[in-house]
Amino acid sequence: MTQPERQAWDVVVVGAGGAGLRAAIEAREQGARTAVICKSLFGKAHTVMAEGGIAASMGNVNEGDNWQVHFRDTMRGGKFLNDWRMAELHAREAPDRVWELETWGALFDRTADGRISQRNFGGHEYPRLAHVGDRTGLELIRTLQQKIVSLQQEDFREFGDHEARLKVFQECTITRVLKDESRGEDGGAVSGVFAYERESGRFFVIESPAVVLATGGIGKSFKVTSNSWEYTGDGHALALLAGARLTNMEFVQFHPTGMVWPPSVKGILVTESVRGDGGVLRNSDGKRFMFDYVPDVFKDKYAKTEEEGDRWYEDADNNRRPPELLPRDEVARAINAEVKAGRGSPHGGVFLDVSTRMPAETIRRRLPSMHHQFKELADVDITAEPMEVGPTCHYVMGGVWVEPDTAQARGVTGLYAAGEVAGGMHGSNRLGGNSLSDLLVFGRRAGLHAAQYALGLGGGRPAVDPGTVDAAADEALRPFSAGAGAGEQTAGDSGENPYTLHQELQTTMNDLVGIIRRGGEMTEALQQLARLRARARRAGVEGHRQFNPGWHLALDLRNMLLVSECVARAALEREESRGGHTREDHPEMDRQWRRVNLLCRLADGGDDTPFGKEPAGDAAAGPGRGRIELVRHTTPHIRRDLLALFEKDELAKYLPDEELFQ
Amino acid sequence: MTHTAHFKVWRGDAEGGGLADYDIEVNEGEVVLDIIHRLQATQAPDLAVRWNCKAGKCGSCSAEINGRPRLLCMTRMSVFDPAETVTVTPMRAFPVMRDLVTDVSFNYTKAREVPAFVPPPELEPGEYRMMQEDVGRSQEFRKCIECFLCQDTCHVVRDHEENKPAFAGPRFLMRVAELDMHPLDAAAESGLDRKRTAQEEHGLGYCNITKCCTEVCPENIKITDNALIPLKERAADRKYDPLVWLGNKIRRRGE
Repeated sequence: MTQPERQAWDVVVVGAGGAGLRAAIEAREQGARTAVICKSLFGKAHTVMAEGGIAASMGNVNEGDNWQVHFRDTMRGGKFLNDWRMAELHAREAPDRVWELETWGALFDRTADGRISQRNFGGHEYPRLAHVGDRTGLELIRTLQQKIVSLQQEDFREFGDHEARLKVFQECTITRVLKDESRGEDGGAVSGVFAYERESGRFFVIESPAVVLATGGIGKSFKVTSNSWEYTGDGHALALLAGARLTNMEFVQFHPTGMVWPPSVKGILVTESVRGDGGVLRNSDGKRFMFDYVPDVFKDKYAKTEEEGDRWYEDADNNRRPPELLPRDEVARAINAEVKAGRGSPHGGVFLDVSTRMPAETIRRRLPSMHHQFKELADVDITAEPMEVGPTCHYVMGGVWVEPDTAQARGVTGLYAAGEVAGGMHGSNRLGGNSLSDLLVFGRRAGLHAAQYALGLGGGRPAVDPGTVDAAADEALRPFSAGAGAGEQTAGDSGENPYTLHQELQTTMNDLVGIIRRGGEMTEALQQLARLRARARRAGVEGHRQFNPGWHLALDLRNMLLVSECVARAALEREESRGGHTREDHPEMDRQWRRVNLLCRLADGGDDTPFGKEPAGDAAAGPGRGRIELVRHTTPHIRRDLLALFEKDELAKYLPDEELFQ
Repeated sequence: MTHTAHFKVWRGDAEGGGLADYDIEVNEGEVVLDIIHRLQATQAPDLAVRWNCKAGKCGSCSAEINGRPRLLCMTRMSVFDPAETVTVTPMRAFPVMRDLVTDVSFNYTKAREVPAFVPPPELEPGEYRMMQEDVGRSQEFRKCIECFLCQDTCHVVRDHEENKPAFAGPRFLMRVAELDMHPLDAAAESGLDRKRTAQEEHGLGYCNITKCCTEVCPENIKITDNALIPLKERAADRKYDPLVWLGNKIRRRGE
């Protein structure tokens, strides 16, 4: 086979959302020649959909805020499963990352004295979210995009070439991270990536000793989701296939408020700012039901009456917050329970109302995108009537198991991960606003350490093996020959329709590994996933390689199936309920599980080279055998000075006795 | 609630192509992008279309519906009569790559030609102070989702390929206005006159304020009234105001 074109760069960043762009800026500023590869056009990444804000304890609105309070809120929100070092770094560095955006041209909403305004959000003790109306993600992406352009303008002045040291390969997809097994740690060392260009279908290889995964999440494996088509778990799967491990994959966040009607927009996000700014949730009886759903661990932190909750918006120091602002997992479960009890709205959600809470003009100013979205897509005027909302798959807490300080994937030299694709930071449940800050803090760290590693290597870089390049090309072309040669299908079969497979996968995950989980259903899900995996090997496509969405989906299916198996397997194993993992058959949080991380790795020890050969009879082997195996890892004790930030009574709710008295 | 609609969708590539006919199911509440997706899943698996968020926030699914530049994800099927044929074609001002996907690199080239925000050298990160009423104007322009529909519809380039090198288009003239109105942009101190470059380097003079760009903007940004006209006025002040002219002379001499 002809070898595809090769280029050499110091650092490759996969993904051009907030984490990827921040990583690229840092790597380039460290002096590394940096390539960014993204599936969509530059500036279209999923980060644009983030609405509410960036959590950072700048203390502009309430001076009581500082990194310790932010750290505490983050750990509580994640039910203490968080990698505490990541949570600490995040809380400490977030303000600097926000202020730096202003020097790149960002224009946040302002306080009366001209500083960056901060808004309330679920689980945050003080107003903490820097924001621009309800389009903060767009501001973040545009600012980073424009910073990249400004670095390219510098390079143009110096070298006469905008792309001399920083290039964005837009509408390109990575299908494999390549490695040199003779180098680095046990898992080998990264030597490059294998990619295809959407427009032409052409393959190419980038030789690079450092790869930063910043590919976002996995939501497109679920039917009802707020995520865009790009969220097919690519980085999660690339990491697994490169020998890395994923942690906390059982924790999937269902955002409590997605649109529920009309059907074609089901799942589209309704920002938490609606509640942060005063919106309330009501059931079909008109009752503010959240007061009935405050769990014990949060009992003394939330208002007991509507009156107290309402007073809090004006006087936060002397009142407690309304329970509509509990962490997302609590609110999503409550909505689910109300609908199940028959107290839902006409289209199977509950009512979210701002129309009786704020003047129409204020709503239009503070929530312009929501106003626009409901008017355009649902014929609902949110200044005059309530919205109907229900849970939607929004975010995966789980991801690549990384070193907290460097963002390096543990065990794989040269591989880094930042943002949603990395695991640990948010524990079992992420607080709203902590995602955008996570992207910036760990994007920067990943870019920094990737660049330092790559530049420190000198000339002796890991090599790209032509054999693995051939194997990657074979794998990527397989959908074009699905109708012939595989020997498994009947005559005349042109292969499985990738769109049908995708829909079946989404239904399986939504119905069997969704917001409320049961052991038996997840066992069934694993069996269905095994069958889908066998069928996906026969996914076939029509047409040719130029901008062919059927082909792209057929390739993405591999990733979605791997990631879905991780979620289902880890969720079946964890016999407790915590954060974004709710077991109907194990409804209580169990302190003994606090220090347990379930790590997913590829079965049969690492990569399955040559690519694409699955164990014979895999589909028939049932849920006991699959591509993924689980390993239990006990996390290190929380550092003493960080523990000291909490009252002992509170810690006793989360930590087993032996940890308390260590 | 469900009906069968007749669609004509442009299929082809840079070599050429034409409208293909499809009869396809439509359900209550759906948008044109839903129908394109159903075509992919059932009749045309290789139909090329760009899309990301399906919520009007990313600006990827720009195309022309019955000849009008629109986002596929924000155009509801209910605006058409069920008996009406819905024709979907790629944006006309940009070269076709395949089916509904066009080569929009013109826009990325123009983006690079606008000098970036110049941070005020005397301020450290965290020291920026700006009033809401002063950032509001630029914030309106930063609502732009870069769908490039304004670029597509602007008659200066829509049928005049020859104007492209000299004309940044409404989106990037608005970017110049945004930076010019940024309360802390230090371009002037660094010797960059954004108003002058709008006129001399980005082709502001080609715009004769027909407001086509404003009409197609899915974010309802008043591109013409709030960005382009003020920029023209400020550029004109600069150019023709004798005091400004004299001031420039003197400052230049002093440097």
